[in-house]
Amino acid sequence: MAASSSKDLLTERWLLSMKIIVSIKQVPVRDSQLRIDASGRWIQDNDLSFEINEPDAYALEEALQLKERHGGEVVALCAGPARASQTIREALAKGADRAIHIEEENLNSFDTLGIAKLLAAAAKAEQPDLILTGLQSDDLGYGQTGVVLAEVLGLPHGTIIMAVEKLNGSIRVKRELEDGWFQNVEMPLPAVLTIQSGINKLRYATLMGIKKAKTKEIKRQTAAELGVTATPTAVIEKVYLPQRTKQTQILDGNAKEAAAKLVEKLKFEVRVI
Amino acid sequence: MSCVLVVMEQRGGAWNRMSWETLAAAQQLASQIGGTASAAVIGGDVAALANELSSKKLERVYAVSHPLLANYTADGFTAALEQLIRKANPSYVLFPHTYQVRDFAPKLATRFNQVLISDAIGFRVESGAPIFVRQLFQGKLNADVKSGGAEPHFASIQAGAFRADQIENGSAQVENFAPTLSADAIRAKPDEPFRESARAVDLTAAEIIVSVGRGIKEKENIPIVEELAKALGAELAASRPICDSGWLPMERQVGSSGQTVSPKVYMAVGISGAIQHLVGMKGAKTIVAINKDANAPIFEVADYGIVGDLFEVVPALVEEVKKAKG
Repeated sequence: MAASSSKDLLTERWLLSMKIIVSIKQVPVRDSQLRIDASGRWIQDNDLSFEINEPDAYALEEALQLKERHGGEVVALCAGPARASQTIREALAKGADRAIHIEEENLNSFDTLGIAKLLAAAAKAEQPDLILTGLQSDDLGYGQTGVVLAEVLGLPHGTIIMAVEKLNGSIRVKRELEDGWFQNVEMPLPAVLTIQSGINKLRYATLMGIKKAKTKEIKRQTAAELGVTATPTAVIEKVYLPQRTKQTQILDGNAKEAAAKLVEKLKFEVRVI
Repeated sequence: MSCVLVVMEQRGGAWNRMSWETLAAAQQLASQIGGTASAAVIGGDVAALANELSSKKLERVYAVSHPLLANYTADGFTAALEQLIRKANPSYVLFPHTYQVRDFAPKLATRFNQVLISDAIGFRVESGAPIFVRQLFQGKLNADVKSGGAEPHFASIQAGAFRADQIENGSAQVENFAPTLSADAIRAKPDEPFRESARAVDLTAAEIIVSVGRGIKEKENIPIVEELAKALGAELAASRPICDSGWLPMERQVGSSGQTVSPKVYMAVGISGAIQHLVGMKGAKTIVAINKDANAPIFEVADYGIVGDLFEVVPALVEEVKKAKG
């Protein structure tokens, strides 16, 4: 009895184990002071610091937790210039098993569809069971790379996901809808999910993890090797500071003076005090 | 002649209000490019909704219905709209930028080898073609984006970017469109939508809201803003990251995934003003922003602003409020 039930457990674990690709992006750190570059079409990014796109960090964490529950492998996939290797190392330090770096210095010449084709070409060779990515990027914010990736690969997808439950050959996910509504959806594997921030609690890399990351494999590929050329249809023509829609009255002085001015406004103009 | 097709959103026979704003955008785009606007409504049975649209200034209203469209799926909606677009042949297809549109419109655009210009806040027409404006870096910068390649072009419109009361009335012919769909091609099996639990906190009723964002840095600092809320007799709210981190319960979240509020005063403390937050509070009568970054997007919607360290400003404010209240 004992032998057969442990065999069942093994079979179950094998059935549920997954190869998961997590697509991550490197973006400027959140409070960067942004300056527009000489072309007027993007920002000066040579003097900025970078970090993992926050929703992608939650996608990575979800992949690591799924692996811990069911077994399998987590492969980090990142398209970005050479500097993105820092973000990739951090993903490996947190627990990804290996990584693929689509290394291109000028990814701005690709639009979302071009980027999705790059990611699809690299992902396809891996034959993953599941692909996770953040629901949107903090820089461009199109919020569609995951969906387009799924379409290019011919896979089903779910967006703005708040929970993932692995079933036998399929998954059940909790989609966030607007205004506090949710919906459970079941779909066959392989599938692509875009993960909402807050789905889980992010882990920190351990010292051991950071040490181990140095020996983990990072496969580097170029767009040319993947057979994808940039033929963008959506093109940024100009980047600029937004015009203010309201005239903001800035209340100056030190903290005490500014606070006193604000209370004055709240009392005599807005009349809520 | 160029045609603009607007895809309206409904659930269970009720319109998503953003659809009307997008209809207004479609009418304006059509008039500026010298074309006409048409609308599509999609679902299991949309006869009544299509009829409602027939009183608007539209060339045509497409009633796209099929039993397999009664419940939303990305596969079903994409297949149905792909067939409609191939038949109607619009130059531009506009959507309201809803969670549902985010789920299927990028897939639909890919079918036409196009990229959805998502979350546009406006457009201007140059040489007969629109240049869409959208936000980058969480609203810190704007970008002019042009959609090249072959028609049709796809764009989704941000909540509040156009005004529903600017819709022109007229009369439109309703055309039924029955797409060919097969149940096997719909891979996702959705359950009924549900709400987690009754909301214990109704922020929409609050006159004054003090809302806190990432600038508060640590959970241990939350009492600093709590005290300000108490002094003002305000409800305490937060931006998404604060609730994600579990520093305040999800039910206190303001923004596209939380509650939409329009209090007399909304005081944003340490909130940079990402668009997902702004759509939930920009209807407030008076907006006060306290932030150390003078370039934070929150100042674009604020009536009063204090550029400074919230850890100095908020305690000073508590003291002044107490003094003023006597």
